[in-house]
Amino acid sequence: MKIQDIFQESYTALTVNKARSFLTMLGIIIGIGSVIAMISIGTGAKDSIESKIESTGSNLIYVNPGMPSSSQSGGVSMARGSAQTLTKEDAEAITAGVLNITAVSAEYSTRSQVTATGTNTNTQITGVTSAYAQVHSITIVDGSFITDQQVSSTSKVAVLGATTSEDLFGEEVDVVGNTIRMNNVTFKIVGVAESKGGSGINNTDDMIYVPLSSAQQYLSRGFRPGSTSKTVSNITVQAESAEAMEQVQADVTTVLLTAHGIASADSADFTVMTQADLVSTASSITTVFTTLLAAIAGISLIVGGIGIMNMMLTTVTERTREIGLRKAIGALARDINRQFLLEAVLLTVVGGIGGIVVGWLASKAMTQFASITTQVSFSSVALAFGVSMCIGVVFGYYPAYRASKLNPIDALRFE
Amino acid sequence: MIACRDIKKIYNAGGAGETEVLKGVSFTIKNGEFVAIMGPSGSGKSTLMHILGALDSPTSGIYKLDNQDVSKLSDDELAKIRQQKIGFVFQSFNLLPRATVLRNVMLPLFYGDVPEAEREKRAQKALEHAGLDKSKFLHLSNQLSGGQMQRVAIARALVNNPVLILADEPTGNLDTKTGNIVLGTFQQLNKQGKTIVLITHEQGVAEYAERIIYIRDGNIVKDVQNTDKRIINLEAV
Repeated sequence: MKIQDIFQESYTALTVNKARSFLTMLGIIIGIGSVIAMISIGTGAKDSIESKIESTGSNLIYVNPGMPSSSQSGGVSMARGSAQTLTKEDAEAITAGVLNITAVSAEYSTRSQVTATGTNTNTQITGVTSAYAQVHSITIVDGSFITDQQVSSTSKVAVLGATTSEDLFGEEVDVVGNTIRMNNVTFKIVGVAESKGGSGINNTDDMIYVPLSSAQQYLSRGFRPGSTSKTVSNITVQAESAEAMEQVQADVTTVLLTAHGIASADSADFTVMTQADLVSTASSITTVFTTLLAAIAGISLIVGGIGIMNMMLTTVTERTREIGLRKAIGALARDINRQFLLEAVLLTVVGGIGGIVVGWLASKAMTQFASITTQVSFSSVALAFGVSMCIGVVFGYYPAYRASKLNPIDALRFE
Repeated sequence: MIACRDIKKIYNAGGAGETEVLKGVSFTIKNGEFVAIMGPSGSGKSTLMHILGALDSPTSGIYKLDNQDVSKLSDDELAKIRQQKIGFVFQSFNLLPRATVLRNVMLPLFYGDVPEAEREKRAQKALEHAGLDKSKFLHLSNQLSGGQMQRVAIARALVNNPVLILADEPTGNLDTKTGNIVLGTFQQLNKQGKTIVLITHEQGVAEYAERIIYIRDGNIVKDVQNTDKRIINLEAV
């Protein structure tokens, strides 16, 4: 029997009972639709995290203090990143000892209550050098950024992020020249940074920049008059080009190992990560998240598949006489098997296409009404289509096999 | 062209409920004959029909159809024999509901890999032979009367040009008048040279055939030429 004839037989059989075929298909539509929608949320989250990481600047290498891993020999281990092992001198050593870099920014991060006239806020304060603006692509809309001279003179000056400026001074345009108080020290505002459009806990607009030395002197955690901290929170290195990243990463490690007098990279008290490392860390988190969502949606797909199997078994029983007749007039077991298998696959494939449309619409709706970033990827559509076809084959196989094995004599007698 | 030699059919052979339904049946049917196989229920006539129709294989004995031994073939080989050489007419018509008359008649041609262009022509010709009015060709089969349905079934049996038409109680679900039309159609087809085997339990129906084989308890008890065959003039009814 030719394939287009089998196709026509299957199609006719499905259209005879439209309501039942549609309801069975609905299981697959919902299953595939939710898989597509869930994966689109996961992919959307991944893309937005990646683009956020990339928007922080290009060709960046992050040096963070780390727990010395030699502590595995026993004793109390400290939290990774809690160590204070980096200093401004490390940044200078990198500048002097590593080739193919354009800027090195030593940074000191802390939080503090900030007060202006009549208002106050609590925000992140970053002690910076002039290199920070270049490394992190900061643009100044009013005034100027922190200069190296202000760093060496430990000036009490500050540059506000766009959000912080608004929080403290409202929509007022002329913020430069005003003063703010942090930790009982008065800082004069010398500039306001342009908004980078971030949001959430990583909002780079909700930030105050002060000279690195001033932050260490006046704003370090547990500040007591007279005591100063010489450590920095992290160092950001900008490589000249993407091709140089690997070499810069290796050289930074070598320079710092030498500066810290550590022999082996395994016991380094710092970590050197590239943006790619950060992206892959973030990706691995969102991948787990996406997989979880897709797995939950996948359960409904299996339920849909069972619905298909149920309907096909009912159909085979109902059409026992028809199967008997087909066999009597010369259908081979193979012909019967193919016809019923194709019915199941047609249901799931049409249901799968419907599900792709529904899933796509659902993800558009989520973006529109719930402001959730979604991204329907080609691979998830292809996957959904393939899976729906497989479900048809898997759940249609047993009913089709049963139909093909019917004895024509018994089948013709079936009431 | 049909030769049965010592056909036995035993169900549950060797088991506890062993039943010998056919106890060694032998006969031959020549091309162009119209034979009725008659017997009460339980006589083994249905089992004989299944073997003649290549739906079942005998436990022992030889069945030759069209000079081919079909008593020891596999299921798929039997299916091909049915496809090429046999046309069935059943008591309950067994048409596909919600499919057109033409489509029902074309069904055996799907399985016979007949080119699409030829199918409809052959189906129309078969329907004309079976005496169904042309206006009904595109009706759905479940919109027809019993007599019309059986004509469609006869057309379906004719369409693959079989060497043998097997009719199993073809008038069982019909009133006398439409039953007569169906029997008259068989007589007419027989006149055109078709070999027909009619299975029935009614003497009155068997008398339309030219030869009657009586079967009882798995044995042939009588095999006679029906000299005073009843003839139906289709134009009259």
